[in-house]
Amino acid sequence: MIYNIPYIAAGLVIVIGIAMMVTKKNLIRIVMGLALVEAGVNLFLVATGYIAGGIAPIFTNSPGGEMVYPTVQAMTLTNIVIGIATTALLLSFVMIIYKKYGTVDVDKTGRLKG
Amino acid sequence: MTAGWIIDNLPALLLAVPMLGAFLTPLIGKFSEKGRNAWVLIVSFATFCIAAILTNEVLSSGTIVYTFGAQNPAAAIPPDSGGLPFRIIFTVDAMSVFMAISAAIVGFAVTLFSITSQSKMSGKDSFYALLLLMEVGILGMVCTGDMFNFFVFLEINSLAGAALVASRVDKGYAVEAGLKYAVLSTLGGLLVLFAIGLFYGQYDALNMAVIADSMQFGALDKIALVLLIVALAMKSGAVPMHFWTPDAYSMAPSSVTAFLVVASQASLYGVFRVVFTLYNVTLDYATIGWIIIILGVLSMFIGVSMAIPQKDVKRLMAYHAVSQTGYMLLGVGVGLAVLGNAAMMDAFGMTAMEGGLFHIINHAMYKGLLFLTAGAIFYQAGTRNLNKLGGLGHEMKWTMVFFIIGALAIAGIPPFNGFASKLMIYESVFLFSPILSIIAMVVSILTLASFVKVFHSIFMGPKLPEYSEVREVPRFMLAGMGILALLVILFGIFPQQVVDFLITPAATALVDQGSYIAAVLGGA
Repeated sequence: MIYNIPYIAAGLVIVIGIAMMVTKKNLIRIVMGLALVEAGVNLFLVATGYIAGGIAPIFTNSPGGEMVYPTVQAMTLTNIVIGIATTALLLSFVMIIYKKYGTVDVDKTGRLKG
Repeated sequence: MTAGWIIDNLPALLLAVPMLGAFLTPLIGKFSEKGRNAWVLIVSFATFCIAAILTNEVLSSGTIVYTFGAQNPAAAIPPDSGGLPFRIIFTVDAMSVFMAISAAIVGFAVTLFSITSQSKMSGKDSFYALLLLMEVGILGMVCTGDMFNFFVFLEINSLAGAALVASRVDKGYAVEAGLKYAVLSTLGGLLVLFAIGLFYGQYDALNMAVIADSMQFGALDKIALVLLIVALAMKSGAVPMHFWTPDAYSMAPSSVTAFLVVASQASLYGVFRVVFTLYNVTLDYATIGWIIIILGVLSMFIGVSMAIPQKDVKRLMAYHAVSQTGYMLLGVGVGLAVLGNAAMMDAFGMTAMEGGLFHIINHAMYKGLLFLTAGAIFYQAGTRNLNKLGGLGHEMKWTMVFFIIGALAIAGIPPFNGFASKLMIYESVFLFSPILSIIAMVVSILTLASFVKVFHSIFMGPKLPEYSEVREVPRFMLAGMGILALLVILFGIFPQQVVDFLITPAATALVDQGSYIAAVLGGA
């Protein structure tokens, strides 16, 4: 049970993020919700790579014992980098929208309809 | 020597050439505008050539497995790994090259068109760099044999696409569309990544062949399947997740829109790859097949009925794109629904799948052509509003001809390519369920009606005084449209040859999970 807590936490963070994206009206908060989903997915990925008592796979001066296979860690790093790029792009979009429309409220920015 | 080296490294070159081209574009643009245009054209033509050679190689000598970072790229499994392919592997089979070649053709036509259509815009260096990067994303998605790699290319595709959608700021409207597209694709990408995490947690593998080989279809796999289908169907613009499509398609520059169609199809490829290669018969194929069929029918019908009242020509075409995606889902869905039944598969399942796949490449051609003509009209007349346009046929004769070709092809009128694939879908789906086939035909008729209206309001009627300055578009734009129009006609006149050469191998490769696994794991 105790080992499942990271998964539950990851699921919770993702759900909170999606709920935030759906309910909030402020574009910046929607982007924040997306960042939360991303954090949740990252947490989930890292949690799948956990081995109780495992050590980092650095062979030099290794104390011995079980090593973790670092694929998920590499995946998480990649996703963090992608996430930074995405968030930056999204926030710059929000910035331009604010400059042009003078608001970041979804109800007032939604000019593309039908 | 060089030729042999090129042949050996084709899958890597397919990505390396446009990627290098993309990053060098702004550098060359610093020195000379003409030089940059030539460079972009050369890169995009070289990519097309590589895709063509790769297609030829794969269709003549079977699936190519390319291992990155290995001494011998053909050896997927290193001898000291205990039988696990842990490197990033490209598994290029007939289905992959089919998608790659259609993306490369449209990519080249789009680049040719952009040279003129973007000439009045600022920020052209980054525009072309993003266009090439988007091509990298699409080609990578369709060629990769590694789930995580698929996610990375999906993100490259989405980010480049979103930036391109927003590239013409247009008082903020385009940025709003870009934001919508970026948020939804990123959310979709994260769902895909979550599903990949589920796979990795169970099978300790990211390679598609390994996952497919050990697929259990337990509870976690079902969750992963749902996440993957939802996310990728959203990115491919199928109803009920289609709401971003009209915004993004209508607000993007027209050449980008033509390419976004291909990007959506790469996601559609993702759906098919997941369903057929990862799961295949382990999943409840009748249920999933019916779900895909229902998604397809809804897309067809809702797409076309939303298209009819539109006033903006590109928005109208975007809804038709949703509707046409429905045909592909319908064809392949019927194939999936009878996957385990060999007799029904032979009777009509394969034909339905071939029709659905054939429609993918046809759609890329005629829809690309239609969006490019819309771009030509916007370039000259400065508006996309159907109520304001009129009488352009007097001056823009070539554009009108290209528009007619595209419109007849999308409505499924012989002898254009849309007819060939739609006929295959009608015939085979009729054997499966007559009512579905009838719906598909009705949608085609509505499509025709809608395009007759568009044609009439843009090109017919007397010359309007406000468009007295309108002339035919420059040569580069005509050349871009001409390539696609020529292919639309050729595919329509010789459908059998195209089906035999490209489509049947693709459909067979998709259905035959065993040979995909064997190509990587070596006859296991």
